[in-house]
Amino acid sequence: MASGVKPRVKAPKKAAAGEIVTIKTLISHKMESGQRKNKDGSPIPRSIINRFTCDFNGKNVIDIEMAPAISTNPYFQFDAMIPEAGDMVFTWHDDDGDVYSTTKSIAIG
Amino acid sequence: MKIKALTAIAAVLLSAPTFVAADENAELIVNGEIEIVTKTAAPAHLAGALDEILSGWRFRADETQSLQTDDFDNPAMIFVDQGMDDWGTVDGSEGKSCASCHGDVEESMAGVRAEYPKWNDTAGEVRTIAQMVNECRTDRMGAEAHGYTSAKMARMEALISVQSRGMPVNVAIDGPAADMWEQGKEMFYSRTGQLELSCASCHEENYGNRIRSDHLSQGQINGFPVYRLKNAKLTTPHGRFKGCVRDTRAETYSPGSDDFVALELYVASRGNGLSVEGVSVRN
Repeated sequence: MASGVKPRVKAPKKAAAGEIVTIKTLISHKMESGQRKNKDGSPIPRSIINRFTCDFNGKNVIDIEMAPAISTNPYFQFDAMIPEAGDMVFTWHDDDGDVYSTTKSIAIG
Repeated sequence: MKIKALTAIAAVLLSAPTFVAADENAELIVNGEIEIVTKTAAPAHLAGALDEILSGWRFRADETQSLQTDDFDNPAMIFVDQGMDDWGTVDGSEGKSCASCHGDVEESMAGVRAEYPKWNDTAGEVRTIAQMVNECRTDRMGAEAHGYTSAKMARMEALISVQSRGMPVNVAIDGPAADMWEQGKEMFYSRTGQLELSCASCHEENYGNRIRSDHLSQGQINGFPVYRLKNAKLTTPHGRFKGCVRDTRAETYSPGSDDFVALELYVASRGNGLSVEGVSVRN
């Protein structure tokens, strides 16, 4: 597992039914591109988050494939319509096979 | 005639430093609750030099400025989180963490950043926050000192700084600190390096003008440690000083040296009255 990886999500705790809310996400990750070389001249192996997804009550909201040129600590912000109360599950897939996940519950009110 | 007219225009531009921030009246409020003073009357010791002091925030573009309005958007907060993890982590031969003695960082470190660098009676010298952190590590925790401008030190400083956000910078320049302050002042106004530039050449006489396609700020350090977009890392005051001195093509002082401590004391005192803004976001 890459070190210092920590997912963060900012989502409202409550929304009106049908309201469009803004979700902000960030995962701390070094996002090593694989194109750099270390002091000996040997390549530093690629280590990035290659996919980010968000599901709401089992239904996919977004699914993003990520590439090596994306900067360290990738940040995504998107709007989502909240039709009902439920859990929003965020997952990040690391090159080394690790999957980081976090969940936010959104109530209707 | 044409040349004369152009010279006249140039003279006007030089005499009144004008800067082209997108919205000059924008104010900084963090998380909708912490009001940050980014522009205020200069402290008394700057009489004749500056009338008004401005945080570096005011010299940045709208997009960079807005990163500081919400802690979730502020990339520096990642490092504050890491500093928080370090705060509670036991290190060294004594089996202590920062929290073992200092408890809750929000209580014990509130207001600390606003007063440093500060005269320390026990040590008999002016001390920076970084020096105090290292003294704790070596003398009380039995741990190895952090590198003065290392990532670990920067994030610990970031954590400490955040506890004072919104409080006015209030660095003492009289009493036992006066000698060191004078030394720092002399450094600020001394030309150095192959380019023969002093700190004042850029940050007092030319703030708001452009250098290398960027706006020169007043060189205030109320926002340190800063997250720099150009390298996605935190920069500490001494790291920044080193970069600036290097850019004058001079041999730089070492971070943590008495010279840089004196300069930090003086530069910090130039911002007396601005809010502690650290951790901030700059280019």
